[in-house]
Amino acid sequence: MAEPRTLFDKIWRSHVVSRQDDGTCLLYIDMHLVHEVTSPQAFEGLRLADRALRRPDATIAVADHNVPTSDRSRGIDDPESRLQVETLERNVREFGVPYFAINDTRQGIVHIIGPEEGLSQPGMTIVCGDSHTATHGAMGALAFGIGTSEVEHVLATQTLIQAPAKNMKVAVNGTLGAGVSPKDVILAIIGKIGTAGGTGHVIEYVGSTFRQMSMEGRMTVCNMTIEGGARAGLVAPDEVTFAYVKGRPYAPKGGAWELALAYWKTLPSDPGAHYDKEAFLDAGAIAPHVTWGTSPQDVLPVTGRVPDPAGVEDPLKRAAMERSLQYMQLAPKTPLVEIPVERVFIGSCTNSRIEDLRAAAAIAKGRRVAEGVRALVVPGSGLVKRQAEEEGLDRIFLEAGFEWREPGCSNCMSMNNDRAEHGERVASTSNRNFEGRQGKNAKTHLMGPAMAAAAAVTGRITDVRELG
Amino acid sequence: MEKFTQLTGVAAPMPMINIDTDKIFPAVYLKTIKRTGLSKHLFEEVRFRPDGSENPDFVLNQTPYRNAKILVGGDNFGCGSSREHAPWALLDFGIRAVIAPSFADIFYNNCFKNGLLPIALPQAEVDLLMDDARKGANAILTIDLEGGTITRPDGGKIRFEIDPFRKHCLLEGLDDIGLTEQKAAAIKTFEEDARRARPWLFGITARSAS
Repeated sequence: MAEPRTLFDKIWRSHVVSRQDDGTCLLYIDMHLVHEVTSPQAFEGLRLADRALRRPDATIAVADHNVPTSDRSRGIDDPESRLQVETLERNVREFGVPYFAINDTRQGIVHIIGPEEGLSQPGMTIVCGDSHTATHGAMGALAFGIGTSEVEHVLATQTLIQAPAKNMKVAVNGTLGAGVSPKDVILAIIGKIGTAGGTGHVIEYVGSTFRQMSMEGRMTVCNMTIEGGARAGLVAPDEVTFAYVKGRPYAPKGGAWELALAYWKTLPSDPGAHYDKEAFLDAGAIAPHVTWGTSPQDVLPVTGRVPDPAGVEDPLKRAAMERSLQYMQLAPKTPLVEIPVERVFIGSCTNSRIEDLRAAAAIAKGRRVAEGVRALVVPGSGLVKRQAEEEGLDRIFLEAGFEWREPGCSNCMSMNNDRAEHGERVASTSNRNFEGRQGKNAKTHLMGPAMAAAAAVTGRITDVRELG
Repeated sequence: MEKFTQLTGVAAPMPMINIDTDKIFPAVYLKTIKRTGLSKHLFEEVRFRPDGSENPDFVLNQTPYRNAKILVGGDNFGCGSSREHAPWALLDFGIRAVIAPSFADIFYNNCFKNGLLPIALPQAEVDLLMDDARKGANAILTIDLEGGTITRPDGGKIRFEIDPFRKHCLLEGLDDIGLTEQKAAAIKTFEEDARRARPWLFGITARSAS
């Protein structure tokens, strides 16, 4: 009998073009997502070497990082942002890449629109010059972020030179408590394994908690796999996956659907498959989580207090904690729920899907954004925005004093003009709390969408379970 | 790509864990469409004061580290975003090698594509090199990629491993795409087989969405 294989092993093996003696493989790529920030130098490289795009039919481009989230009918004001988007537009024309223009309803954050359009499918290898490509692993695909040299390599050859990764299993079982979201699950996982816990591995998320989770929730979890050090995280495809993919614009249809479905059903890990590393969490024990520092692993249940560096033995870790607290302007032992916020950002490839907006709107409904707080809601795509408007979520947000914006990456990394000013403290549904990421001296607290909405209406970090 | 064989130069100490790519190269400058001249924004948030003047406390603003060719850092170096602007900016500043206990995967890969050598060593050995790097004008290390050794200022040697394929590419300055193009026949065969086995994966974005 064949050796039992993991989902990752199966996808990997079916994409190996050639293998060297040292294990390095030439891996075939099924889908290449391209955005404006990490591609200009790659297209320039092709041009200089007179190379063509090998598979336009497996490539698609969208501008998301630089796009304004205010009225964009007049184009982009910032000259550098405009140049970068225009450069992408010139490159897609020259190389024949299918493209969603910034005024197309299907435009949005690349990691939102891949699954939404049915471009990301189970069993695929998917890459993008963006570390949050891990998101698409929720489809049961091997999806990972690459650098610009690798973008050029894929454009030219549709392959990548890759050293094989190890298998890591993260098992979460049980039912999540009321007010606890997939974001809390992944924050709790990162808190447990650390930001380098998955380095060199591909994480498979297994257990009843993920089986019960929607595709949107699985995407939130897989999205932040990179914050746990692993380039890719995936969830085995199941009936929830198939129901999600079916009927989407670029999904297989008719006979091709039946063929694909039969194949997808062979993908889940075999019983007894080997994992090199494992971690286990109990879903029932996970509370809403929030970060207090400048690394995603600086995370605690919202019921906790800011930690005290005095209790940390390792001098490098103590220094890192002291530096974090100084940057965050937080005193040790402060209850997290006493930290006031000045800005709220609900959006990003982590939490800007319809379910995220529904969860935030449920808290916003009938309440008001607190005095002195500015709160942005940025849908992940034009289609998410349209659906939210059909459900009346925009009215709820606007009546509560939130801003309702156009889709894009926005204040997650602030390449457009959505930026925290004057070192504001931000309750954010994005994925990174690094120094300066949301604006100069901006102090980021990562949390789920309902938690961010709760912070907006109370003006401080709040346990969403107390708002009901 | 520039070859990497031997490197002798000043090593700068950066005893911090989780030095992320936003810190190395802030997102706001990712709007560039070029890959050159990026060192002016390297470590910008800590390297410059709000008025634009140099922060004298930052190591790369100090003599002799201003001319550093090597960085010695903490665990999980290069975590965060996939931006290749991070290695581009390091190289543009003159850094050709980074030594740390561990690296984030994407940053690690990106380094090799650009002739920048990332060396992962056990913490105890990084600690020794961190001490060496604090020796100012004497903080000179020699890295020999072929032999896999770092020679310390006192003449002592520390061994390191790099996987053979990556090492070969660095030593020869090989262009990955050129190497892969030599396997064009294998790629074509793979595609023909894949088209038979998984036909729905072909023509996806060429179809107009329905």
